[in-house]
Amino acid sequence: MRVEKCWFCSSNIYPGHGIQFVRNDAKIFRFCRSKCHKNFKMKRNPRKVKWTKAYRRLHGKDMTQDSTFEFERKRNRPERYDRNVTENTLKAIKKIDKVRSERAANHIEKRLRVRKGKERREASKEVDQSIHLVQAPQALRQESLTLPKVKVQVSQQNSEQNQAMEE
Amino acid sequence: MVQYNFKKITVVPNGKDFIDIILSRTQRQTPTVVHKGYAISRLRQFYMRKVKYTQQNFHDKLSTIIDEFPRLDGIHPFYGDLLHVLYNKDHYKLALGQINTARNLISKIAKDYVKLLKYGDSLYRCKSLKVAALGRMCTVIKRVGPSLAYLEQIRQHMARLPSIDPNTRTILICGYPNVGKSSFINKITRADVDVQPYAFTTKSLFVGHTDYKYLRYQVIDTPGILDRPFEDRNIIEMCSITALAHLRAAVLFFLDVSGSCGYSIAQQAALFHSIKSLFMNKPLTIVCNKTDLQPLEGISEEDMKLVMEMKSEAMKTVVAQGGEATNDADVLLTMSTLTEDGVIAVKNAACERLLNQRVELKMKSKKINDCLNRFHVAMPKPRDQKERPPCIPQAVLDAKAKEAAEEEKRKTEKDLEDENGGAGVYSASLKKHYMLANDEWKEDVLPEILDGHNVYDFIDPDILQRLEELEREEGIRQAEEGDDDFEMDGEELTPEEREALIEIRKKKNSLIQEHRIKKTTAQNRPTVPRKFDKDRRFTTKRMGRQLSAMGMDPSKAINRLRERSLSRKGRKRERSTDREHDDGGAMDMDVDQPNKKLRLRSTSQSRSRSRSRSRPPGEVVPGEGFKDSAQKSKALKLFKKSAQKRNKDARRGEADRVIPTLKPKHLFSGKRSIGKTQRR
Repeated sequence: MRVEKCWFCSSNIYPGHGIQFVRNDAKIFRFCRSKCHKNFKMKRNPRKVKWTKAYRRLHGKDMTQDSTFEFERKRNRPERYDRNVTENTLKAIKKIDKVRSERAANHIEKRLRVRKGKERREASKEVDQSIHLVQAPQALRQESLTLPKVKVQVSQQNSEQNQAMEE
Repeated sequence: MVQYNFKKITVVPNGKDFIDIILSRTQRQTPTVVHKGYAISRLRQFYMRKVKYTQQNFHDKLSTIIDEFPRLDGIHPFYGDLLHVLYNKDHYKLALGQINTARNLISKIAKDYVKLLKYGDSLYRCKSLKVAALGRMCTVIKRVGPSLAYLEQIRQHMARLPSIDPNTRTILICGYPNVGKSSFINKITRADVDVQPYAFTTKSLFVGHTDYKYLRYQVIDTPGILDRPFEDRNIIEMCSITALAHLRAAVLFFLDVSGSCGYSIAQQAALFHSIKSLFMNKPLTIVCNKTDLQPLEGISEEDMKLVMEMKSEAMKTVVAQGGEATNDADVLLTMSTLTEDGVIAVKNAACERLLNQRVELKMKSKKINDCLNRFHVAMPKPRDQKERPPCIPQAVLDAKAKEAAEEEKRKTEKDLEDENGGAGVYSASLKKHYMLANDEWKEDVLPEILDGHNVYDFIDPDILQRLEELEREEGIRQAEEGDDDFEMDGEELTPEEREALIEIRKKKNSLIQEHRIKKTTAQNRPTVPRKFDKDRRFTTKRMGRQLSAMGMDPSKAINRLRERSLSRKGRKRERSTDREHDDGGAMDMDVDQPNKKLRLRSTSQSRSRSRSRSRPPGEVVPGEGFKDSAQKSKALKLFKKSAQKRNKDARRGEADRVIPTLKPKHLFSGKRSIGKTQRR
């Protein structure tokens, strides 16, 4: 029993799931579900379909190169069974997994961080430029900086104040 | 042995019929519809196809004729000669040759006309070319018509020829006319040949079949032969001569001892001597027939002498074959077909002689060696009494014995299974023979999948070491990460700024939406200036609301507007003295805001009751689009000037009636559903 990778979306295919397609040149295509299979039949390139791992790796959205990937490699030569080794391996798998997922999350966070900075700068610029849409310039304003929320109240206040000022 | 069967030749049609068949087939099997307006290549193709099709059919049919008629050189000489005798060889060849040339001519015609058709430039021309081609082909066939008829006759005759196999056992019967040959064949075979008192009853060869010693013999009846020089012989006699000449058969020469055939023994003897050359290498038997009328012993001396001479000749043939010379009884036989006396004896004798001769020949030929093993199995003769059985080495025998013993001792897995309850109950432990470092591990179950990973991919003896390295790396990296975390691009927005941002975005969105709506409606509806604001969207109240939302005091703006408004203007005029007091104060606003509707209605009412007001000519009315009165008066002047010349010349102007379309289609065409269209 092996857990295979879907050719289209690169997700795990557990035993009993999906479809395998063998082409005339003996290349095997495994699909995790009919969505991937149908996309394949439509001759779509997974590198261009946004939700696949292939796209994400290609466009730098996900982590591509890491030493944790070296641990998991398909070995074609079977090793003789050794209980200790197996025990260690099982424990190691968990740790490796944790490390790998942390690193991947880090990668994404780093990517998004850049955007966040840009967003912040843009927001402040927008506020500076377009504040005139919601607030009158300083010279005409009655009160500074706080936005009046209840309109009726403000107008009454204003008129009273005006009168007060004039008088 | 190939049976020469001329019945399978297809019917040769007569010239006219031939033409009819081919032409009607062309008409049926090729497309028939063509119009002048088709593309020229299509027309050409159409007619070329017809020409080619006709040529093809002629070619096929003529080829079948030529192929099916036998070539005289390629068949057994007996048949070749027979056909030559019956139908002149030269005539036959000529006829077939003519057919061949006809075929070639037709091919040539077709080729030439197809070449011409390729350049046909109109339907008519192509058609005439096709007509010419077909016509020429048909004339060729017409010319060849007599040959076709001749071949048809030959075919019909050939179909009725007896199917004689020239290679098998044959008995040939020959002699003068009327001696009793046909009656003999009727007696020994199932053939039903005409027997009549007149000579030349039998006009051609007849075949019957008879059996002797489980073998089938052909018996061939020939027409009578007269004693004439070779050149004078007619066709019928030539048939028999041909048969005699080419068939390797036993010959029975019939002799009529009674002379009732109309010819004496002397004449018959003379005939015999003239054709004895044809009896070379053939077992000859002289048969004296009609002994019921005249027994052989009763004939005259001279006749007897002649008969003996013939017999001695016949004996010579026997001797020549190397058979027993002493058996002269077989050479001369007597019988009577009427009383059936001696008929069987004759047949047997003839068959026997023939069989012996054929066997002798076969034995002498080279092919016998191939068949020899069917007769005879050779066994070597034992040269001494020693026993020589097959040899098996001792080691093999020992091994065999050992194996037999071992089978019972070793316990197999199958035995184990049977002991523990059979196939369904016991499952063999496949791990029994594993070779591991520690034997306790044999029965371990190893998980294959863990958290979506294949465990086999991770198994590595030094995985611990690598894991350690990895953890170290991870620690370093995390420390670095902690340092990097504090750098941040850009400042955070204050909460007020954040609120402002939200508002700004909302406002921007609503502006965009409004613009979009306005854009689409503007395309469908006429844009009306704001003064006709029927939805009453542009009110001071609204403006006041918006301004105060932005944090400003709207009262000043509202007052200013009110001063300038048109509906006010009239009121202003009435109360011109009150202008100074109008400082956009709160009083007006308070009064106006609730009663705006009433106010407007009152002004409009008051105006209708009063005098209509006329304005001074240059007065600028807000909403017309003029900057000031000077501009307006200039515009008026320009307008008047442009109309002066036209009016003076009494030309058609803007206001003069003009009919844009003099004859609109809907009035001048079409039928009416009811009524007449007499007047348009």
